[in-house]
Amino acid sequence: MAKEIIRVENLKRDFVVGEEIVHALRGLDFTINEGEFVTIMGTSGSGKSTLLNILGCLDTPTQGEYYLDGNSVRLMGKNDRATLRNRKIGFIFQSYNLLPKTTAIENVELPLMYNSSVSAKERHERAIKSLNEVGLGDRLNHKSNQMSGGQQQRVAIARALVNEPVIILADEATGNLDTRTSFEILTLLQRMHQQEHRTIIFVTHNPEIAQFSSRNIVIRDGRIKEDTYNSDIKSAKSVLETLPKEN
Amino acid sequence: MNFVNLFKIAFRALSGNKFRGFLTMLGIIIGVASVITMLAIGQGSKKSIQDQISTMGSNMINIRPGTGQFGGVRQSASSMQTLKLEDYEAIRDEAEYISAATPEVSSSGQVIYGANNSPTTVYGVAPSYLDIRKHTVAQGDMFTDAEVKTSAKVCLVGQTVVDNLFTNGEDPVGQTIRFNKIPFRIIGVLTSKGDNTMGMDQDDLIIAPYTTVQKRILAITYIQSIAVSAVSEDATEDAISSIEDLLRVRHKIGANDEDDFNVRSQKELISMMSSTTDMMTVLLACIAGISLLVGGIGIMNIMYVSVTERTREIGLRMSIGAKGRDILMQFLIEAILLSVTGGVIGVILGIGSAFAVKNIMAWPIDIQIYTIVLSFIVCTATGIFFGWYPAKKASYLDPIEALRYE
Repeated sequence: MAKEIIRVENLKRDFVVGEEIVHALRGLDFTINEGEFVTIMGTSGSGKSTLLNILGCLDTPTQGEYYLDGNSVRLMGKNDRATLRNRKIGFIFQSYNLLPKTTAIENVELPLMYNSSVSAKERHERAIKSLNEVGLGDRLNHKSNQMSGGQQQRVAIARALVNEPVIILADEATGNLDTRTSFEILTLLQRMHQQEHRTIIFVTHNPEIAQFSSRNIVIRDGRIKEDTYNSDIKSAKSVLETLPKEN
Repeated sequence: MNFVNLFKIAFRALSGNKFRGFLTMLGIIIGVASVITMLAIGQGSKKSIQDQISTMGSNMINIRPGTGQFGGVRQSASSMQTLKLEDYEAIRDEAEYISAATPEVSSSGQVIYGANNSPTTVYGVAPSYLDIRKHTVAQGDMFTDAEVKTSAKVCLVGQTVVDNLFTNGEDPVGQTIRFNKIPFRIIGVLTSKGDNTMGMDQDDLIIAPYTTVQKRILAITYIQSIAVSAVSEDATEDAISSIEDLLRVRHKIGANDEDDFNVRSQKELISMMSSTTDMMTVLLACIAGISLLVGGIGIMNIMYVSVTERTREIGLRMSIGAKGRDILMQFLIEAILLSVTGGVIGVILGIGSAFAVKNIMAWPIDIQIYTIVLSFIVCTATGIFFGWYPAKKASYLDPIEALRYE
């Protein structure tokens, strides 16, 4: 039995907009085990962003329970959640969110800067290891504005890996990239899933991506509409090889 | 949270934007530099005035006849004859808090040696004059009390008089010069003191026993003024009141009547002259302080704008584990780093321009450590004060909103 990373019980989140109450999430239940690559899909307004914020410990549910690696997040304060994010979660954003004019290695070191139990030497070594993992070992000192979108996203992935998180949360991680680069990133994520058994949640509105994950959860109107396991995982790498090479 | 890491974070954030950092610092640099320079100029002129006054004897007290009235006509002080030799003796022997006293009588005229002559002033004084007026004998000797008693025709000359009369470089000591047809044998030369604050040559003088000047030159029995040394600069006030009491009794002045004499101390002169330079210093410091304030507002302005500009960065930092406190500290450290770096550059620039003023304009300057320390404290305080609000604002951001900010 694989270890349980995420458990969500009757998760609800309401927002007060003016005098109306908007029910963004209306009661979700699911668990995600270690080593799963889950895509969470939904159109805009479905509640997937709200779910992502809660899973990422940026927000707390109005009702229901959320356990991340055994920790109940619902009643945690801001600072405790910040520490939890720092230790347990790796974020990958649509727009990379690298620090401008900062080298790749400094960007990757950033999460460990907020963890005082990691020494400067260890921080540096782990950042190099992370960058090697995403294939940027030769670009340690390139600044973020000197890199292509694909490279920037790979730096962001390295940054998400550096704190050895229990879960990687990707928010439309390929949304800003062209087809080829998107598949490069997907190949990288698939490799991390299959070879290193990392747990990945990939939030997207692009239905194509579900073919590459091991499980697909579809959200609509704040409820789970579908939750299916994929027995026939397509290889992003082989798709990438069929794509015409760029000059 | 590790302070070293926060410091590194702030430093990296700043070094990513050097030009903006420089512009932010510019206000502080100019502010601190002008504070240092202005205070150096103000303190310098104050110090030079004080130094010059103290070469005249900072604990010196001067007693002159007051302006009295005769038959309704107010007389000028110099024509008054109310100060007697006995007054001098009484002060010398009875007044408290004084270390020395000398009567002073003077006469201006031509002094002649051989074919040379020169206008100068002969001061008739007692031997203690040297201590009181801070003169020293460079060559030869001072006259003695015995020579005072016998009204000896001996004198000491100042360097200017030597330069004017002994143009061939002869040794003045032992020569005889003539003043008002009276021959004086030179027994000593005074050490040169240069010009005083008011630009008066302090070496253009001849000193002789007061008895000689009284009897042989002026033919008077009264004295023109008395110079007294208080035991210390702090004792001048007490010495003055002691002298005043003594003279009022001696001159039989009633409780409600005006003094017929005037007692002035160098200390009063110093405080009078310092009050002018103090005011100038305060004025200069105000101008410089305002520029420092403007510099501080510059920091606040840029920090405030950069919080908005860096909203996404703040959101990202929070999402990967920065607490509100970490963000607050980062922005605060950035502000302090900027203002202190600006302060260091400002101090260097300020000292540099103070020396430039000294060399180019030949103004006296005086850089005191406390002005530098003060500037540093003000700089750091400026950084904390003006960096606090933007930093607080940054730390209150909601990471979800901040990440979505365009």
